[in-house]
Amino acid sequence: MPVKPLTRDEIARRVGRDIPDGAYVNLGIGLPTLVANYVPSDREVVYHSENGILGMGPAPKPGEEDPDLINAGKQPVTLVPGAAIFHHTDAFAMIRGGHIDLALLGAMQVAANGDLANWATGDETFPPAVGGAMDLGAGAASVWVLMDHTAKDGTPKILERCTYPLTAAGVVDRIYTNLAVIEVTVDGLLVREMAPGLEFDELQGRTGAKLRLANDWRTVTV
Amino acid sequence: MLDKRVASLADSVAGIRDGATVLIGGFGNAGIPVELIDALIEQGAKGLTIVANNAGAGRTDIAKLMATGRVRKIVCSYPRSAGSVVFEELYAAGKIELELVPQGTLSERMRAAGAGIGGFFTPTAAGTKLGEGKETRMIDGRLHVFEAPLRGDVALIKAETADRWGNLTFHLSARNFAPTMAMAADLTVVQARRVVELGRIDPEQVVTPGIFVDRVVEVANPQAAGQA
Repeated sequence: MPVKPLTRDEIARRVGRDIPDGAYVNLGIGLPTLVANYVPSDREVVYHSENGILGMGPAPKPGEEDPDLINAGKQPVTLVPGAAIFHHTDAFAMIRGGHIDLALLGAMQVAANGDLANWATGDETFPPAVGGAMDLGAGAASVWVLMDHTAKDGTPKILERCTYPLTAAGVVDRIYTNLAVIEVTVDGLLVREMAPGLEFDELQGRTGAKLRLANDWRTVTV
Repeated sequence: MLDKRVASLADSVAGIRDGATVLIGGFGNAGIPVELIDALIEQGAKGLTIVANNAGAGRTDIAKLMATGRVRKIVCSYPRSAGSVVFEELYAAGKIELELVPQGTLSERMRAAGAGIGGFFTPTAAGTKLGEGKETRMIDGRLHVFEAPLRGDVALIKAETADRWGNLTFHLSARNFAPTMAMAADLTVVQARRVVELGRIDPEQVVTPGIFVDRVVEVANPQAAGQA
């Protein structure tokens, strides 16, 4: 059976199923933003944006954008009934103070000890930019990473130790990739689910850190 | 009589000195006080340190100020954004200094300055490149780094409604850094879309109390930030 890696939307759909009812969630830029489209409709989830919004809704209809109502990626958004507006310092008190239940983030690299690297490659020719990534990494009660399992050239992004500069040390709880769902445990990386058709040895071969396969592992369904 | 209204944009930025640290509100293009920045460009102060979340976009407002060559340094969380061409050119040419600060730390450092706190320990950036060289402490089993207060000589912010005492309300996510910056500067200058009679803002709705504000100027139809 040929391996069927998950598409971006399938990763988002798989993560959406794990978002608990009643959670306060911060969605990072890019792939994590898609997850809002796939949270089961019987769950009430409150989306936080670090520029001062709780209760962020979907993108507005064309022509109804308000330049003063944007998300952390500077895209126009809407508010849901029950939304709140506040200033930056409070927005980061929510993050750093552990009030945000879950941050979904993209990553360049994740290490077996939960280290997260998603802000810089160490390439000095570009000016660095960090935004709220370090605050989210250090502050959110749980951090789940969504990313491709490897870089475009096949280089592993899951490593024993990150080679890129860290965003936060030891903070990642779960990794959802196009190939697997992996839990970061005190004993290292535990594979909970694998993409259809994927053998464990092949997954290990595309990973730069030692994996263990959970006894009750399953094929990812989306 | 307490009246913080000034007659013109020129009056609102009068007296800003060379070498000043200027806090500028805004996140992306939301909440950027375009007219106050234009007035500062006109006013002519140079050797400035700018504190803002982003390093400008397009060729207007913050980017325009930097393009005049009067910004020595920018303190910023996310300088590299869509359209941040002026900053990138200056940075590549070694003509501007960058102090990169995590966004929540940037905001909290200004809050500390405004609240009379001599700094704070935070887990943000602990064990990372941006935490290097900083004093550290283990608190509840977790590594924290010390962050110093960040004070401005001046803050330039944009509000929705103001009264002559300087009480302010804001519009949606254009609020962002403005309430914190208003606290953190010696001279806080506000451009408000509407200046209303004292008492017209419901006390329960005041977001920034006037004690944090020094000058108010009405700009009824503000321009959009980040234009080409």
